[in-house]
This record gives sequence, C-alpha cells and structure tokens, in this order.
Amino acid sequence: MISLTDFLLVSAALFCTGLYMVVSKNNAIQILIGIELMLNAAILNLVAFSKYDRFNNGGQLFALFGIVLAAATTAVTLAIILNVYRRYKTIDPNKVDKLRD
Amino acid sequence: MSMVQIFFYVMSFITIASALLVATGKNLVRSVFLFFITLFGLAGLYVLALADFVAITQVVIYVGGILVLILFAFMLSGKETLGALQQQQKQFISANKIASFFLAALFFVVLVNMLLKVNADKLPWVLHSPTINNVIKPTANMTENIGVNLMTQYLLPFEALSILLMMALIGAAHLSRKEPQP
Repeated sequence: MISLTDFLLVSAALFCTGLYMVVSKNNAIQILIGIELMLNAAILNLVAFSKYDRFNNGGQLFALFGIVLAAATTAVTLAIILNVYRRYKTIDPNKVDKLRD
Repeated sequence: MSMVQIFFYVMSFITIASALLVATGKNLVRSVFLFFITLFGLAGLYVLALADFVAITQVVIYVGGILVLILFAFMLSGKETLGALQQQQKQFISANKIASFFLAALFFVVLVNMLLKVNADKLPWVLHSPTINNVIKPTANMTENIGVNLMTQYLLPFEALSILLMMALIGAAHLSRKEPQP
C-alpha cells in the first residue's frame, strides 16, 4: 500500500510550488492560483490521514469544508481583483499602493 | 510493486509536473489551463487515498466552479493586463525570482527533513487504528458514513460554513456590481 510519507512528500512539493508562485508573481490572478495550490496541498494531507479514521471521517469532512471555503474565498478575491482593475487599470499588486486616488 | 503504487507515482508525477509548469509558464492562459490538470491529478490522488467523495467534490467544485470563475475574471480584466504582463516576463531572470526560488526550495528542504523525522506511518494513533478496526478498506463505501457524520457530529461547522458561504456570495455580488457614476 501507499505510505503516508509519500502523500506528505507530494503535498510538500505542491505547497512549495504555491509558495513560489505567491512570492514571485506580478499578477494577482497568478498569486490566487498559488494560494489555491497551497490550499490543495493542505487538503491532500487531511485526506491522506483520514484513511485511519473510518468512524468519524474527520479528515474527509474537513477536506470538504476546506474545498467549500476555497470556493468562497475565490469568489470574493475575484470580485476584489475586478474592482482593483476597474480603478487602477492594472492587477499588479506592486502597483496598487494608494489608499485613494 | 503493486498496481496501486504505480498509479500513485503516475498521478503524483502528473500533479507535481503540471504544478511546476503552472509556476514557470510564460503564457497566462496556458498556465490557467494547466492548473486544470493539476486539479484532476489531485482528484486522482484523493481516490488513491480512499476518499472518493472528496475526489468527486474536488472535480465538481474546483474544476467546475473555481477554474471557470478564474477564467471568467481573466477574460474580463482586459487586454492591457495580458500585454503588460508578457512584456515584463520577457526580461531576464530577475533578482526577485531567484530570491523567491531560494525561499521555496529551502522551505521544501525543511519540510522534507521534518516529514522524514516525524515518520507519519509510525505515529501512535496510526498504529493503533488497525487494532480497533478503524482503517478504511479499499472496498468500503464511505459516502453514507460521511453523510451521517455531516448531519450529526459536524452539524455546527456545517451550518457555520453555510452562513459564511452566503455572506461571501452576497459580498462578492456587492463588490462586483457597477457603481453609479456621479
């Protein structure tokens, strides 16, 4: 069978890829994709450990909660990004540095 | 090496490779579409971790909802963003990229070191769970159990989450409506 450490290693690689995207990208949408990657890495850990919890299903249920929370955050974040684009004509977070125009 | 392990290595290779392509890709639309493949690979990994319901939810919500939303916002945010972005990325490798690469790589080294030290397969509760028949078998049907648990033991987080989801949807609709021009 697949050991838990394998799952944890895959999830660590995904998390670091997401971290790289969040730190290095100049586009708010790519940063959002990086955040989604990090969230998915966390959900993979929850699901992997949930194999040893047949009666309570804690891991799988919190993975479901995490997926729904990710959907909610994405909707709000995209609305904010659209507003920022409308106001500043750019979605580069480095250039959005004024509180009011 | 069993069939399951081969599937696991194939799935994890697809997932990690497409995630790296998403991170390093020059073309933004292509990187969004590659993110599709990452999410499908993750759904396959969930199936291999014996969580088929979570895998289906991943496909429905992530691939069907979130990615379409991202693409939609992407198309709405106009041509200027795309042009400016691709101009920036044609430059040589900047110091910013090198620094963030080192940050991610060193963090990965720390994580791997920690994971190998923890040795999750030998944790006390993981070793204890087969003795009380608490391990999910590959033939088990877990969806019914998940439904019962969702409506009994985890009812409070479920309700809190539904209220939060409603608030988020109303907030998103409020944020993205057109402001009246004065």
